[in-house]
Amino acid sequence: MALRTPLYDRHVALGARMVEFGGWDMPLQYSSIRDEHTAVRERAGLFDVSHMGRVTVAGEGALESLQRLVSNDVGRLQPRQSLYTVMCNDGGGIIDDLIVGAAASAGVYHVVVNAATREKDVAWMRAHLGSGTSFDDVSAETGLIALQGPRAIDILQPLVDADLSALRAFTMAELRVSGVPSRVCEVSRTGYTGEDGFELYVDAGAVGTLWDVLLEAGAAEGLRPCGLGARDTLRLEAGLRLYGQDMDESVDPYSCGLGWTVKLDKGVACIGAEVLRGIKETGPPRRMVGLRMSGRDVARHGMSVFREGEPAGEVTSGTYSFTLGCGIATAYVAPEVAASRQPLSVDIRGSMARAEQVPLPFYKRPPTA
Amino acid sequence: MPDLSGYRFTASHEWVDGGSRVGITDYAQAQLGDVIFLELPEVGRSLSAGERFGVIESVKAASDLYSPVGGRVVAVNTALVDSPEKVNADPYGDGWLLRLEDVDETGAELLDVDAYAKVTEGH
Repeated sequence: MALRTPLYDRHVALGARMVEFGGWDMPLQYSSIRDEHTAVRERAGLFDVSHMGRVTVAGEGALESLQRLVSNDVGRLQPRQSLYTVMCNDGGGIIDDLIVGAAASAGVYHVVVNAATREKDVAWMRAHLGSGTSFDDVSAETGLIALQGPRAIDILQPLVDADLSALRAFTMAELRVSGVPSRVCEVSRTGYTGEDGFELYVDAGAVGTLWDVLLEAGAAEGLRPCGLGARDTLRLEAGLRLYGQDMDESVDPYSCGLGWTVKLDKGVACIGAEVLRGIKETGPPRRMVGLRMSGRDVARHGMSVFREGEPAGEVTSGTYSFTLGCGIATAYVAPEVAASRQPLSVDIRGSMARAEQVPLPFYKRPPTA
Repeated sequence: MPDLSGYRFTASHEWVDGGSRVGITDYAQAQLGDVIFLELPEVGRSLSAGERFGVIESVKAASDLYSPVGGRVVAVNTALVDSPEKVNADPYGDGWLLRLEDVDETGAELLDVDAYAKVTEGH
């Protein structure tokens, strides 16, 4: 039986279609993926992402433990800052992609992990902690809501007693949200949609109230509850990777375009560092490229990619881009195929659909005035 | 709910009306979600009952389409090329898929409104 977030009853009451995702019963859509996608690009959307896992790593050895566990440089984080990183195995394969955040108190870090990989991640992290490090899986006690879109700041600002425009990307603040009494929310300027927005962490017991308060406050701004369907179309337009689909333990970070998260000279070698150094020097065996389909048909995960009739790679993610009005996809191809920038084709149910190689992301939000 | 008294249905969620137009049901469009692409047959093609005639693709997935009855395709709904969302908005009207002539019901397994409602019950 699938797990339920504390917001499950609210999703059902809002008429959501529920689907199983990563062991969780989650809303796929409330109205339509198109409407929800457009709401986030033009106004704002509210997502329940309480299924995501969260662990706390703390103690005098916490920094060193995390530096060993993840590829990015956790040592450069100031209090209340966070970063995106991958966690690799000894062979440089990606175990998961994560957000690591430094709490306000020294030596305390919060790590956000994918729902489907939580148990695997927790076991791996526990097994590779250094001395003087405590580890706590707080997933069940933590609710997480994402408020995303150009109007997100206008919706949240009147509810908090701090200037949100001063909250920079990948930083967080502990704030009280009006209408959510006696609970502090950790408000982080992060997201998975390609838009400006916030992710709000709060005790599981208060996440329902926070959801209601935000939905009501956003009604006048056109805020919509959004499901996993729109979350996927939004993240793919924004060129954001999805673990389990775009990467897994057979993929190294350089191949999937996440080499920028690998800091080999941070003082502490992360697990897999030797292999990663080798891949960096010789170049990865394949490259992730963006594909823009010439028509509306959709390339899907696992479909074969061809160049001049010859097999050239495989699609990892594909969808219809509501923003661009065509199919988009990501695919792994050999480095020389990526370098050629030649048009490719995707075998969609037996017919060859033409695809242009385009740089990722497919969509970048317009700069704010 | 439109008047569906002249419509007959398949267990695979297509319909055919009294004018031999073919489409998918409201239940089917709701299950599929946002329709973004349709692969429909050429005009002139002959179909037998139950034959796969195309593909309907939503953001989530692609699904095969099956002809409720046999016949010759005399029209396809070309408006769906640019506006496939009509299938979601009006599955029994503007969202029709194709029209048949020389209809042949050999081998067709058709349900009336009430029988089809039972198929979708409990889903």
